[in-house]
Amino acid sequence: MRLSTLTLAALLAAGTASANPVTYADVVFNEDGGVEASLTGVAGNPEEGAKIFSTKSMGNCVACHEVSTLDAPFPGNVGPMLDGVADRWDATQLRGILVNAKMTYEGTVMPAYFKTDGFTRPGNAYTGKAPDGPLDPLLSAQQIEDVVAFLSTLKE
Amino acid sequence: MKFKPMSAIAVLALSVPTLGMADADDDSLVINGEIEIVTKAPAPAHLEGALDEIMSGWHFRDDATQAMEMDDFDNPGMLFVENAMGVWETVDGSEGKSCASCHGDVAESMKGVKAVYPKWNEAAGEVRNLQMQFNDCRTNRMGAEAWGYDAGPAKDMEALIASVSRGMPVNVAIDGPAKAMWEKGKEMFYTRTGQLDLSCASCHEQNYGNMIRADHLSQGQINAFPVYRLKDTKLTTPQGRFKGCVRDTRAETYKPGSEDFLALELYVASRGNGLSVEGPSVRN
Repeated sequence: MRLSTLTLAALLAAGTASANPVTYADVVFNEDGGVEASLTGVAGNPEEGAKIFSTKSMGNCVACHEVSTLDAPFPGNVGPMLDGVADRWDATQLRGILVNAKMTYEGTVMPAYFKTDGFTRPGNAYTGKAPDGPLDPLLSAQQIEDVVAFLSTLKE
Repeated sequence: MKFKPMSAIAVLALSVPTLGMADADDDSLVINGEIEIVTKAPAPAHLEGALDEIMSGWHFRDDATQAMEMDDFDNPGMLFVENAMGVWETVDGSEGKSCASCHGDVAESMKGVKAVYPKWNEAAGEVRNLQMQFNDCRTNRMGAEAWGYDAGPAKDMEALIASVSRGMPVNVAIDGPAKAMWEKGKEMFYTRTGQLDLSCASCHEQNYGNMIRADHLSQGQINAFPVYRLKDTKLTTPQGRFKGCVRDTRAETYKPGSEDFLALELYVASRGNGLSVEGPSVRN
C-alpha cells in the first residue's frame, strides 16, 4: 500500500524535490557504472516495475527489450533480450544502467532514465518545443527502484 | 523466431556499436510493370566505414504496403500528383503564367530534376531544395504568392516532380559550393539530441533492420520521398519527417523550411546516391 502511494505521488509531482529523494547530481556511480545505493531507501515493487517496463507512457522498455514472461506483444530488439538478466547483473549494475547506461556502456543508444541535464536541444517531452523549465527525469527515483526490483526477478 | 538469434548476438556483443544486421527483404520493385526501381545499391564513397549497401525503406515494409507502390492506381500518393498536374497547368499571379507556360510538359522538362536536388543555385548563391525553387518561380516569374513550407500545393508539386524522375539514380552533388552545407548536415545526422539522446544514426545506421516495438527501422533514406504514410493518410516530405523524428528524441525540433533541415535534407539525400528516385512512395 505504502509503495503504490509513493509511486502515485511521484507520478503526480515528478521533478519536485519532495517526489524525488535524490537528484541525478546526488547519484554516486562505482567504477563499473553501477549505483550501489537505493535512490529512495524504499524497496522496489517488482509488479509495479513490470508495469513500468511494459507501458509506453512510462518506461516503455519493451520498445527495445524483450522479456518472454511478460504479456507485451511485439517487443523490440534494439537492446538485448532480458530473460535471465538477474543472473548476469546484480541490482547495483542494473540500477546504474537505468540511471545512465552510458556509465556502463560508452556510446550506447539506451536513454538515461534518471539524468536531467547535459542534453543537446532538450525538449518539452514529445511536443517538439523547448522545455518550460528544468527537465524531469524519464522515470522517478522510485520507478527506477521498481524496475530494478522487476529485473532482479528475471532469473533462469 | 527471427528475433532470437539477433538478441542472443546482441547479448554477447553489447559493447559493439554496430551490429550490422540488416533484416531487409529481397523483393524487387517495378512500378506499373515498367519502371524498374533500384532499391539496393553499393553505398556511395562518402559512406565508407558507415554502410556497405544502401537500401530503400521499401524493403522494410510489409508485402501489402509494398504492393501498393507497384501500381499507380493503388498508390494513394498519385492522387496528390494528379492535383499538382492541375496546378501545373493553372495560371496564377500577376504575370498570367502557369508552370506550363515556361516549362511545357512536366514529364519532359522536369525529368531528372528530383534526382539532383537539393542543389547549389549559382545565381542565388545558396543550396535550394525543390520547394525553394518552386517559390522562386512563383514570386519572381509568375508574380504569385509563395507557398508556405509543406503547404498542400507545395507537397503535391514535390510529388509530381519526383514522379517524373522515378527510376533515375539519385545523384546529389556534395562537393563544390554545396560542401559546407553538406558538412553541416552530416554533423546533424550524427548529433545525438533530446532527452533520449539519439541521433539519426542511432536508429538508421546502427540499428536498421531491428525493431522498435512493431516498427521496423529502415536506413532513413529519402530517395522515395515524398511518402504517402498510411497512418497519416497524407504526403510527408523529408523535412516534415525530420521534424517528427527529432521531436521523438524528446528534443526541441527544427522547423521545416529552416536552413538546419535544408542541410540535413542535402546530406540525407546524398546517402541515397545510387538508389532510384521512387516518390511518391507508400509507407505505413
